[in-house]
Amino acid sequence: MTTWPILSVTTFLPLVGALIVYLSRGDDEAAKRNSRWIALWTTLITFAVSVILVMRFDPGNPDFQFVEKANWLATGITYHMGVDGISLPLVILTTAVMPFCIIASWKAITSRVREYMMAFLILETLMVGTFSALDLVLFYLFFEGGLIPMFLIIGVWGGPRRVYASFKFFLYTLLGSVLMLLAIMALYWNGGTTDIPTLMHTAVPRSLQTWAWLAFFASFAVKMPMWPVHTWLPDAHVEAPTAGSVVLAAILLKMGGYGFLRFSLPMFPLASHDFAPLIFTLSAIAIIYTSLVALMQEDMKKLIAYSSVAHMGFVTMGIFAGTMQGVAGGMFQMISHGIVSGALFLCVGIVYDRLHTREIAAYGGLVNRMPLYAMTFMVFTMANVGLPGTSGFVGEFMTLLGTFKVSIPTAFFASFGVILSAAYALWLYRKVVFGALVKPSLASMKDLTFRECLTLFPMIALTILFGVWPKPVLDMSAASVQQLVNNYNTAVTAVKAAALLQ
Amino acid sequence: MSFSTAGYQLAPVLPELVLAVGAMALLMLGAYRGQETTRTVTSLAVVLLIVVGALVYMQPAGKQVTFGGSFVVDDFARFMKILALIGSAVTLILSTEFLSDPSRRIFEYAILVLLSTLGMMVLISAGDLISLYLGLELMSLALYVVAASNRDNAKSTEAGLKYFVLGALSSGMLLYGASLVYGFTGTVSFAGIAAAATVSNVGLVFGLVFLLVGLCFKVSAVPFHMWTPDVYEGAPTPVTAFFASAPKVAALAVFTRVTLTAFPGIVSQWQQILVFVSIASMALGSFAAIGQSNIKRLMAYSSIGHMGFALVGLASGTVEGAQGVLMYIVIYVAMTLGSFSIILAMKRNGQAVEQISDFAGLSRTNPLLAFMFAMLLFSLAGIPPLAGFFAKWYVFVAAIKANLFTLAVIGVLTSVVGAYYYLAIVKTMYFDEPAGRVDPLRIEVRTVLAVAGLFNLLFALFAGPVVSVASAAAKSLF
Repeated sequence: MTTWPILSVTTFLPLVGALIVYLSRGDDEAAKRNSRWIALWTTLITFAVSVILVMRFDPGNPDFQFVEKANWLATGITYHMGVDGISLPLVILTTAVMPFCIIASWKAITSRVREYMMAFLILETLMVGTFSALDLVLFYLFFEGGLIPMFLIIGVWGGPRRVYASFKFFLYTLLGSVLMLLAIMALYWNGGTTDIPTLMHTAVPRSLQTWAWLAFFASFAVKMPMWPVHTWLPDAHVEAPTAGSVVLAAILLKMGGYGFLRFSLPMFPLASHDFAPLIFTLSAIAIIYTSLVALMQEDMKKLIAYSSVAHMGFVTMGIFAGTMQGVAGGMFQMISHGIVSGALFLCVGIVYDRLHTREIAAYGGLVNRMPLYAMTFMVFTMANVGLPGTSGFVGEFMTLLGTFKVSIPTAFFASFGVILSAAYALWLYRKVVFGALVKPSLASMKDLTFRECLTLFPMIALTILFGVWPKPVLDMSAASVQQLVNNYNTAVTAVKAAALLQ
Repeated sequence: MSFSTAGYQLAPVLPELVLAVGAMALLMLGAYRGQETTRTVTSLAVVLLIVVGALVYMQPAGKQVTFGGSFVVDDFARFMKILALIGSAVTLILSTEFLSDPSRRIFEYAILVLLSTLGMMVLISAGDLISLYLGLELMSLALYVVAASNRDNAKSTEAGLKYFVLGALSSGMLLYGASLVYGFTGTVSFAGIAAAATVSNVGLVFGLVFLLVGLCFKVSAVPFHMWTPDVYEGAPTPVTAFFASAPKVAALAVFTRVTLTAFPGIVSQWQQILVFVSIASMALGSFAAIGQSNIKRLMAYSSIGHMGFALVGLASGTVEGAQGVLMYIVIYVAMTLGSFSIILAMKRNGQAVEQISDFAGLSRTNPLLAFMFAMLLFSLAGIPPLAGFFAKWYVFVAAIKANLFTLAVIGVLTSVVGAYYYLAIVKTMYFDEPAGRVDPLRIEVRTVLAVAGLFNLLFALFAGPVVSVASAAAKSLF
């Protein structure tokens, strides 16, 4: 076994990197270059450390691994870290996406580079911490702390309406989270601790389950985001710099799904079961409604943002189906969406860097000047549609399958989303890439540079690899998901049996 | 009569005696040597406060009572006294620049702060209504004068007068309440009142209400907050920093002691008052601050809101609640002193600026200053992992345990509203175009800012010991 706290190292290494960036003073070109390189190396080393996590991870063990525990606050609140099959894929996703974010900002960010890199590194610490915290207070610390760097990233380096977008992002998320904080306190008094593994085995009274579920829902539904509290997301996406959008779509949204999996289902199984129809309804509405909204968008980023809401609808639907296929599919969909939507935002960023507009109408016929770009964009568009052979298909198929066993109407309506997503994604692709290149502003567009290929090609490989061979991701989470589903079903059937006896 | 007879030892009041004698000695020094001693007197006053703090720290653990029960020294009192002493000492340090101006070389300033601090210490240790009133008046009378210490400034004089008139009114109400309580229980000692206090005693409840009104004035809780914005804005900035820190500690301490030790039998009576007062304070503190353009006025509304949050802990009436109040006030004092050191640092070409728009683009002209202030503002908004989050955690966790769900939900929702105006300042500093560099910071401002800023940033690392101390202090009240 290891003796060094590998998980804490993964979590806090970016923070150390941020400190080093801070210490590299100066405002000239050399200093900017230094902070870029330091940030890149930090994220790469963090990723390397997290790969050690994967290699030493035992996928057959459903419990938490790499557990670290230390005294923190008195009385039942400890520094407790650990990962299982549900959190580890998200940790890896985070550490893997971050280097791409840094590379994508290499040329796009020219002002206040040092602060920018520090904000991203601090954000990485907080995101990894969120996924690996095993204490509710610690979790909340990381979860909420992420608002600060993201607020600054959108507000300082964002587009013209950045102030509005950053405030909306911050206040929406905070509003949901403070209610969760109160529920955490109620759980603390109920169980005498905020230790997550302990609380998973602590009986929670039915009435408290209902209220606590609603409070946690308030937070995660906003973060996810679910219809009708999704309106902050398009604004935040549109205004954020490219890398900010990537982090937002690839990782921050996953915190909502992770929260449902980590807290709602295991701690409040009865309330989850009671509220499942609500989730199904909201998910189905999200899938159909936001897909229709996406069809009407004139801004590329906004279109992808709405499609994110629709895809997250599949995740919530699958998670609350409570079946093995549904939960595992939701898990897979989160990872796949993390890669695909992140890549799509990178694609938009690439043309935005050249033409400084995201208006769909400003483009057309890019395939003539940028064949490599057209090919890349096509792969991710197809993955977004959910074409078999790409990772997007696996997640959508599994969640639909899992939901079908529980609620046929939900699965029926959700499957419209597959058609609609094809409509908006292909429409976007046709408008931007195909057609004749008539607009004079596009005549001098250059194809992908080496740096851009470096960010996009690994993602193409992963999208197709997971599309034809999803086993690595599914295996990693299988044991933990199985245990989660078993516990959930046991709790629900026990109550149903008790109700029948009466 | 020998003072060493049982019940009249002088050891428990040793710090207060040292402070009183020291203040007198410094007064003589200033009176005989004139205004040029201002700097010496102020420095010696800081040293005196540190000595007194050390004496308080060295007092034996456990509860000591003297003067026939009028004066109580327990863990709670020691905790609050040290905090009040820190608040006073830091504000004196921050005042050196204000006092160095030739037109404002007033050595009395430091003496008044010392006397006010003495009043606070008596107030914190009050074991009956007489010593409570004595401490309160000594504290307040000195504060009225300090508020008007910028004699040639109309706003400062106005602030002093307003504070005096409203403060006198509140003292009157408090006295009236105290006389009712005495009349219906036949005693002024908190222990005696606790024994006699029952719900059926309507006159006592009347007295309790007036007593609480007087105390609400001192902590500036809604609906007795009207003086706060004007006094905060009008008083010289170091004085405002003083008002926002040490007197709040003392007032909150006596608030806690009175409610928990004198009226533990009728919790339900004062609990509903406190629930109302804290909801009103949190709501007004959040909503009224949104429209402010002056940073000191904004801090006034912010402090009203924060007192509301602190009272959430007290409203639960439990050990956890008292611990929450203690945690809140520690963190509040640190955040307040840090914020005011930044407001003091905001000078351009020697001229103090205090409009929020003056902070524009500070992150580009003075990155470190802007970063520290942004972190303090996020902390005031209660965003983890900064100190302010832990303050809110401990008061709300007590409220949840006491089943005050409505209070807790309204409380956290107002904290979201409050976050808006703190964010607005961060926005001004980070998103807007620069308004120019500020003058280099003086060394004492820099030091205070560094200590308060690091406390705020790194609180999560050493929260454990602070929680243990606060928990022990809270238990000593029960």
